[in-house]
Amino acid sequence: MTSVLYDAQGPRAKRRNILYTVLFVLGAAAVVWWVYDGLASKHQLDWIKWKPFFTSSQPWETYIWPGLQNTLKAAFFALIIALPLGALFGIGRLSDHRWMRAPSGAVVEFFRAIPVLILMLIANQAYFEYTSLDPDTRLLYAVITGLVLYNASVLAEIVRAGILTLPSGQTDAAKAIGMRKGQTMVFVLLPQAVTAMLPAIVSQVVVIVKDTALGGAVLSFPELLASVRPMAANYGANTIACFTIIAVIYLAVNFALTSFASWLEQRLRRAKKSTGAVVGTGPGGDLETIGAPSLRIDDGHAV
Amino acid sequence: MFDFLDGYDLLGAFWVTVQLTVYSALGSLIWGTLLAGMKVSPVPLMRGFATGYINVVRNIPLTVIIMFSSLGLYSTLAVSLGATDITGINFRLAVLALSAYTAAFVCEALRSGINTVPVGQAEAARALGLSFTQVLRLIILPQAFRAVVNPLSNVLIALTKNTTVASAIGVAEASYLMKKMIENEAQLLLISAVFAFGFIVLTLPTGLILGWVSKKVAVKR
Repeated sequence: MTSVLYDAQGPRAKRRNILYTVLFVLGAAAVVWWVYDGLASKHQLDWIKWKPFFTSSQPWETYIWPGLQNTLKAAFFALIIALPLGALFGIGRLSDHRWMRAPSGAVVEFFRAIPVLILMLIANQAYFEYTSLDPDTRLLYAVITGLVLYNASVLAEIVRAGILTLPSGQTDAAKAIGMRKGQTMVFVLLPQAVTAMLPAIVSQVVVIVKDTALGGAVLSFPELLASVRPMAANYGANTIACFTIIAVIYLAVNFALTSFASWLEQRLRRAKKSTGAVVGTGPGGDLETIGAPSLRIDDGHAV
Repeated sequence: MFDFLDGYDLLGAFWVTVQLTVYSALGSLIWGTLLAGMKVSPVPLMRGFATGYINVVRNIPLTVIIMFSSLGLYSTLAVSLGATDITGINFRLAVLALSAYTAAFVCEALRSGINTVPVGQAEAARALGLSFTQVLRLIILPQAFRAVVNPLSNVLIALTKNTTVASAIGVAEASYLMKKMIENEAQLLLISAVFAFGFIVLTLPTGLILGWVSKKVAVKR
């Protein structure tokens, strides 16, 4: 692989690169050894700490699987509630009427500015004070409410950006054949915008999945992360092993989603029928998107 | 009307939030720039490391990373980062976790900035005989930084909001205080409004000022 930043490598550059590689490996090996030594001296690498995860199904059945189910449940409901809400506010922000544009904009900006954690805390306390939900349902509702309020506002921006990427000729043509504004939006703009938005929506799902962990850490909602404490207590202080397993599960779920999003983005960019405009999937671009009429939602991906 | 605030150190809590944000922003800027340098470097192993780091860190919840820094690093491995009291240890661990996490996003933002620099700039620099580090340090990065003020301000705003996660390991910042207050005082709406306002005060000016800066410093092409 060559880059514009450096020349094709001659013999000297190749030797130098090998030297750098060796130095890098040595540095990395030193760090790995330091970590290994720390772990081993605290007996965190003993087989007995890791054994429960590999030899019995008990930790999976008792802690991990129910936790993962709760994580996915909260994420799923948050997504399906936030999507239509987001679409509503996104379209609202594009309205010709000031009385619709202004409040939509205010709501979106307001909920984007407040940390999800705080939204969850408020929702939890509000359900506690004003409803008679039993604690389990209340925690689930609180987590979903917090996620919906924040993600609907982010999705609203994605929808707005998606509609704005469409060429203005689409609206003109719809007008020319006598469509009303609502019809133009529903039959012409939205269907095209949805394809442009799909990758951004999929990568927003990653944000939602990650944010469910807040519910476990702060509200003691029994999701995946929350299963670390009881597991570590049950299997003899194997904190590191528990965290590793949990992190790998999050990684697997989210990496699948991220890969799907970028596959979708590339596919849509190549597709002949679309405008070729795709709402990008978060901060940081890719080399191949330069010059393409893409619009990036830089949300900083929250948590 | 605001007598429910008596006995709570509201400004102190937000001051901790600001401190967390500033230290983590500095940490993630340094580490993120190094990662971006590795990501575009001629050494394949470093490129692979940076790519792997970004993919792993971006797909693990920040909450998991912060909880790990407390339960894993401190409680299990006794890593205290040189602090002696528990408040200091938790604060430093939170800064470490936030920096490690945010660096991945800083790196991605910077890399998109590197992509905005016209190819001719790098070619001209190479034609003058500059080495890779010189090209990056003297020609590419200064222009990249000016192009990414806006994305970086978004990362900074997200970081400000993410500092609330530090309350999970007992750092007494704003959301930590809020949790205590809404449990003890029967003033849910007012307390929520105060903290929401606090975060808007922190994030809105950041966005506006850096938005203005980004227009000011953008390289006109």
